[in-house]
Amino acid sequence: MEHIRLPKVENVKLLDRISHRRRRVGTLYLTATHTIFVESEAGVRNETWVLHSLVCSVDKLAATPSGCPLLIHCKNFQVLHFIISKEQECHDIHLSLQRLSHYDELYCFSYKPNVDEKERRQEWDFLDLKADYSRMGLPSSLWKLSPVNQHYKVSDTYPADLFVPESATPPVIVGSSKFRSRGRFPALSCAQGESHTAAICRSSQPLSGFSARCLEDEQMLEAILRSNPCSDFMYVVDTRPKLNAIANRAAGKGYENEDNYSNIKFQFVGIENIHVMRNSQQKMLEVCELRSPSMSDFLEGLESSGWLKHIKAVLDAGIFIAKAVAEEGVSVLIHCSDGWDRTSQVCSVACVLLDPYYRTLRGFMVLIEKDWVSFGHKFSHRCKHVVGDPKEVSPIIDQLLECVWQLMEQFPCAFEFNERFLITIHNHFYSCQFGNFIGNNQRERIELRVHERTHSLWSYLWANRTDYTNPLYRPNHSQTQGLLRASTSPYSFKFWKGLYNRFDHGMHPRQSVEDYLRAIQEETQQLEEQLSSHTQVGQGYADLPQA
Amino acid sequence: MLLYIMEFAELIKTPRVDGVVLHRPFMPTVEGTLCLTGHHLILSSRQDNTEELWLLHSNIDSIEKRFVGSLGHITVKCKDLRVIQLEITGMEECLNIASSIEALSTLDLVSLMYPFFYRPMFEVIEDGWNSFLPQNAFKDLESMTDEWRLSEVNKDFSLCPSYPPLVAVPKDFDDETLKKVATFRHGGRFPVLSYYHKKNGMVMMRAGQPLTGTNGRRCKEDEKLINATLRPGKRGYIIDTRAINVAQQAKARGGGFELEANYPQWRRIHKAIERYNVLQESLIKLVEACNDQSHSMDRWLSKLEASNWQTNVKEILTTACLAAQCIDREGASVLVHGTEGTDSTLQVTSLAQIILDPGCRTVKGFQSLVEREWLQAGHPFQQRCAQSAFSNSKPRHEAPVFLLFLDCVWQILRQFPCSFEFNESFLVLLFEHAYASQFGTFLGNSAAERARLCLPEKTVSLWSWVNRPQELERLTNPLYEPNSLVIWPSVAPQSLLLWEGVFLRWNRSSKCLDEAYEEMVHIIEYNKELQTKVNSLRRQLAQLETEDPLLHTP
Repeated sequence: MEHIRLPKVENVKLLDRISHRRRRVGTLYLTATHTIFVESEAGVRNETWVLHSLVCSVDKLAATPSGCPLLIHCKNFQVLHFIISKEQECHDIHLSLQRLSHYDELYCFSYKPNVDEKERRQEWDFLDLKADYSRMGLPSSLWKLSPVNQHYKVSDTYPADLFVPESATPPVIVGSSKFRSRGRFPALSCAQGESHTAAICRSSQPLSGFSARCLEDEQMLEAILRSNPCSDFMYVVDTRPKLNAIANRAAGKGYENEDNYSNIKFQFVGIENIHVMRNSQQKMLEVCELRSPSMSDFLEGLESSGWLKHIKAVLDAGIFIAKAVAEEGVSVLIHCSDGWDRTSQVCSVACVLLDPYYRTLRGFMVLIEKDWVSFGHKFSHRCKHVVGDPKEVSPIIDQLLECVWQLMEQFPCAFEFNERFLITIHNHFYSCQFGNFIGNNQRERIELRVHERTHSLWSYLWANRTDYTNPLYRPNHSQTQGLLRASTSPYSFKFWKGLYNRFDHGMHPRQSVEDYLRAIQEETQQLEEQLSSHTQVGQGYADLPQA
Repeated sequence: MLLYIMEFAELIKTPRVDGVVLHRPFMPTVEGTLCLTGHHLILSSRQDNTEELWLLHSNIDSIEKRFVGSLGHITVKCKDLRVIQLEITGMEECLNIASSIEALSTLDLVSLMYPFFYRPMFEVIEDGWNSFLPQNAFKDLESMTDEWRLSEVNKDFSLCPSYPPLVAVPKDFDDETLKKVATFRHGGRFPVLSYYHKKNGMVMMRAGQPLTGTNGRRCKEDEKLINATLRPGKRGYIIDTRAINVAQQAKARGGGFELEANYPQWRRIHKAIERYNVLQESLIKLVEACNDQSHSMDRWLSKLEASNWQTNVKEILTTACLAAQCIDREGASVLVHGTEGTDSTLQVTSLAQIILDPGCRTVKGFQSLVEREWLQAGHPFQQRCAQSAFSNSKPRHEAPVFLLFLDCVWQILRQFPCSFEFNESFLVLLFEHAYASQFGTFLGNSAAERARLCLPEKTVSLWSWVNRPQELERLTNPLYEPNSLVIWPSVAPQSLLLWEGVFLRWNRSSKCLDEAYEEMVHIIEYNKELQTKVNSLRRQLAQLETEDPLLHTP
């Protein structure tokens, strides 16, 4: 490959991030897809593989007497600190890596595991969003599948298949979409089974400016309200801080005026925008990277990054919505500005709190497929799959995973999946190894023919589900049922070292309770099999005629 | 006895009040009769299915009272960090109850404490007072080495009032030499054996600071004594738990540290573990942060940071790791001391043993460690645990030195969840009993005081109660698999967590976490049950096969 100026460098040192005195010596290889470091100490075959598409930045530091340092930061929070003895070699590797990580072609289009075409096509059938809607009892007498966005005519960032209130006619939907940013009209995200009629809907902000109204938009909300016969009002939740929403009015956007819509209760929940979140995570990661920080350095840094405050804000918003639906029986419409960042977060968190199904392995995949992939979270921009505007990059999806992790810490028996599942999904949001998160919306994925050319993460995860199963989960456990009543007291939030210090193995518990329990459960299963076969043999003896 | 009872009667202005409402965190409200006895505050609804409250007066850290009309509210803040509310109708009753509780919970006289009145309602299987005698511990040592002897030089506590009657010292040093060394060490605490590392024969000793003073006094016997523990040609490490400037300042008050010139075979390392009054302040701030109702993340993190509690945990653990490293990795002997040698010194020596010695990670081994390195070693429990985080009075000698030790053990337990025979509940239990107990184990400040109080004769040992199957079952870690290795904990800030089991225990419901623990126990028990079944079936089948050889033909 023409980008690789130097395919192999020997006598490279890889420093331990915590203690620079610990170092490994080996050979560095560059391939078309990976950087590989092979430790050369006799007897150990220790390899570190880093996918080029996971590389976030490559920095060459000032040369020192021991060599020339090369620092690689990855999107999965791996940091590699190499020392290359010759400056020229370091320069060549640096240049090669810079080009290799600015990929011409995404990795998923060249990733070819040993799977035939038929199986590959089946991978994409593994998850079916329609099946999830029918699990919710849809279509029903209250909600119908609308063909209005076929060929992405009404909103090019929305999915083609959308559920809307039974009473919403195409003119109302189209009218409403013209009054919403990017045409993202109110559509159903999640309905709570047959006994409950309260639903969660999502949209973008209305183009209300200071005084504009739209009759169809008002009718659309009226229709949502009517699809919940049990309640005479609904909540409209704007997930932005009030000040941001007010500022949007000057640009002809804004938020719903309670006077114009009948029977809505309007509420701000104050989640900050993508720029604040990006800077916050950056600061938090700087704290994670400090070498031997004091406890004060760490806690002060964590506080000033604001990261946990933002996680708490997302969870607080999710809890507000889950309670409105489950306890008050009131439907909720959620939006932010475009309705693909904060809105997706809050919808998903509320769903996880409300519905035990989304706390299962398959259910959580469905949730990401629904609220994020299909509703047009801009993975390509947010996760920087291709070089673009750095201001579009933001760890919005990381925050969803973290909210779920925080809940798992509070409810250890309620989730079918484990931390490893979340971390693996995180890795693949960024790796571009699978086609699921390529592009910014459904329309782009169809144009890229993702389903024809790539593999799906979900069936890969499902095939390896034993690795991702929480041994404490039981479908019939009381904690598994119904609404999760989470605490959002500040002290209930922990720092997620499993993700942000993922590669600093020295920081993690040296023994894993989960692995121990999984081993026990496997043994138990074998014992159960033995028991039944012994019992059969024993039965055989008993059936023999006595001599 | 009668005299005491009369004394209590004088303090109890109102022995009982009806219609008192009790509010406890995460428990239903109870209405009932409040009774005050000499040692307990009791609230009973006299109904089935409602839990009664039995609270030891000695567990009460402080009380507050306020009135809304004639309805009095008493807030009782406990040393185990629980906060409960009592609503009492009638101003006079309420004032009487409040002042009685105040008086009964601040009794100073040790002989009036509850352990002297408590009669066990359980069968003692093994008397805890005899479970951990120094003679027995020494027998274990003798099986490994003959370089140490058990000295009776302190048998009447005259040489060192805070040491036990029997201490292990290098064999070649007679009691006369020890007497000279004792005059050179703070509180007479001459260097004694704390731990013998079987793997390489290295030792850890502890002592009080040397009394060098400003003019650099030296003591040849002291130098010889500690040099005697070195292998030929080897150096040792002196770990001074004070920062160098603190150790310097100690000279002005007659204390000091070992000068290189006089101890050329030893390398001195200073670590900064805080002294007891600073630690008490840290605990008060931490508990205040945990009870902050503002729901602001910034405020919580900044208060947590300002409390310095986690910093203290990190500092203590780091120092213990250092001591363990010197012994296990460097193959060197270690002497640990701070000023008195009764606080930070014991934190370091006991934690180093948890790291190095698998025996200390068993239930009995840990009890033995607490007995050896804390009770016998003269940690002044009575003074340190007189008040906890809610005290209004100015702290004198109070400090959560032992609680910090338990917190550090919990941190290691979290990192090595399968290497300890006991679980978190055992650590919480020790915390509770160190501050308020029906047992005599943590009374007094030293072996000498305990002997004077005749505790073994007059009170029950905590270990007598704990070491019974029904209690042990609750305190045993179902994940335990003996691990003979040295366990090195991570001391990175990311690895050290707030000990929720103590500090958030009353602030949040632990229902879901308890359920998870039960689920874990269930998974393990079910596995064991199946194993037993499969084994017995196998035996039966084997028997059937031998009985009926015909069956072997296919």
